[in-house]
Amino acid sequence: MTYFLSFILFSIGIYCILTKRNILKIIIGIAILDYAINLFFILIAYRTNGRSPILEKGSTIKRIVDPLPHAVVLTSIVIGLAVTALLVAIAIRIYEKYGTFDINEIKELKG
Amino acid sequence: MEHIIPLFVVICLASAFLISILGIKFKFFTTIFPIIASAVLFILSVLALYLMNINGLMVYKIGGWIPPIGICMVLDGLSSFMLFTVNLVAFFIIIYSYNYVKKYTHRYKYYGLLFLMLAGMNGVIITGDLFNLFVYLEVAAVSSYALVAFGTGKQELEAAFKYMVMGTLASGLILLSIAITYSYTSTLNMADIGNVLSSKGVSPVVLFITALFMVGFGLKAALVPFHWWLPDAHPSAPAPISAMLSGVLIKALGVYAIIRIFYNIIGNNIYISKILLVMGTLSMIVGVVFAIGQYDFKRLLAYHSISQIGYVILGIGLATPLGIMGGLFHLFNHSIFKSLLFLNSGAVEHATGTRNLKEMGGLNKRMPITGNTSMIASMSIAGIPPFNGFWSKLIIIIACVQANEYIYGLFAVIGSVLTMASFMKVQKYAFLGKIEEKWKKVKEVPFGMKFSMIGLALVCVFGGLMLLPDISDFILKEASKAVLIGTDYVNQVLGSV
Repeated sequence: MTYFLSFILFSIGIYCILTKRNILKIIIGIAILDYAINLFFILIAYRTNGRSPILEKGSTIKRIVDPLPHAVVLTSIVIGLAVTALLVAIAIRIYEKYGTFDINEIKELKG
Repeated sequence: MEHIIPLFVVICLASAFLISILGIKFKFFTTIFPIIASAVLFILSVLALYLMNINGLMVYKIGGWIPPIGICMVLDGLSSFMLFTVNLVAFFIIIYSYNYVKKYTHRYKYYGLLFLMLAGMNGVIITGDLFNLFVYLEVAAVSSYALVAFGTGKQELEAAFKYMVMGTLASGLILLSIAITYSYTSTLNMADIGNVLSSKGVSPVVLFITALFMVGFGLKAALVPFHWWLPDAHPSAPAPISAMLSGVLIKALGVYAIIRIFYNIIGNNIYISKILLVMGTLSMIVGVVFAIGQYDFKRLLAYHSISQIGYVILGIGLATPLGIMGGLFHLFNHSIFKSLLFLNSGAVEHATGTRNLKEMGGLNKRMPITGNTSMIASMSIAGIPPFNGFWSKLIIIIACVQANEYIYGLFAVIGSVLTMASFMKVQKYAFLGKIEEKWKKVKEVPFGMKFSMIGLALVCVFGGLMLLPDISDFILKEASKAVLIGTDYVNQVLGSV
């Protein structure tokens, strides 16, 4: 059921990218999409009543959460940061050149 | 000898680092150093082909962790073939850049991003870990977004923004399907995923993963329902970068990943073949039909990239030994002649300052080398013997007939005829005919640009020789064998450690 929530978030992200006409809103949509996937990764790793995966001498572990997705999500967040930073930088340059954030008015390329 | 494998990523990353740190102060790092680094990479890729032929599949374990626990790098026939293609094209493009980037200010940023992109592509090709593939893919993609916007004009920025949105969406879908794959198989190592999937059999989850990967990598490879960003993005970049994007980036990120995942990990079946065949044929026809109407030189070439990728996917989708060999051979040939054509368009733009075909005319008289090399490339892409494009298209069409897929073969022939028509238009408008008054004083481009255009043209002329038994055993046979073994890849990787 919780997985379903992250899919709803994912759909909101895609909806935002596809329908919004403002560049900044599209960037926000991309960020939502990114975080939906990251959240999904974290949910995969979760185990009910699980504890952190640290093995001490003499201790026995019954249930632990999966540590690998956490490492993966860290990397994914960093990549998301890089992409968002570049997107915002390009958005600023677009505003300097066109004077607007509306993608209906930014259409030099066609054909 | 598996220690050579990580060098492909390490050298690129180290060069990118050195260029961006020292390039501001020392001129050496933005002139000679990139050429040396790419030459070393090219020599290493030839060495990798050679070692691959002697030793068979090689696995490098990062940090000594044995797969499936650690990340590993795998060099098999397909990887070494792709490495050879990518580094060959990159070598010529960097020599070309030596003269071309003189008009830009921040040259160290250009070279730094170019080497980052190369690191990403080499990484995608050699990695044996699914999430690692995603990371390299993003490295290559993010640097290519920045390079498309490098001119920071109105059009460049708009194209870069479109390209970024589509690229990020594709990466998101790929990451989502990696997440689902992980939750289903509890592993990220490609060989181990193949192992677990084959033991679990077919289930709805596998179909869902297949669909997501198909859309994600289809967007990266610009196959036809997902192609609309490419004609904006590729022409807006500086010419050497367009050559890199159209020539090798869409292949390393898109086609290579499709082959690796659908043939070696998930395992090929009749439905995947059919989807690839239909998407390939659609790309072939739609791309070329749009291309005919274009008068912007680079935009026309970008549409042809869509069409030619269709041929590659058609050959791969047939899944017969001859079809796969033809597809891979066409992949190599396309990366050569499409880079050459983009370099020609860059040379014309460098000399005359325009990309509009209607404004050119008779440039052959003033720029003989550009004109003649572009003639060679046009004949290669149109499939006229004896140039390399002819042989690979012939193999693909013969493979279609052998597999009893006559309809696809017919479409391949139609696509080839239309390609010829549109390149006759390019030659007529740009290079042949009477010279226009205002181009009388145009000069031929400098030495570095001439050198790489002639080099690529020579590969076009003699590319057909790759089908000779000795050479094709060395390069093409190994590559197509690596695809044909299918999920036996799993046993080879896991067995070699």
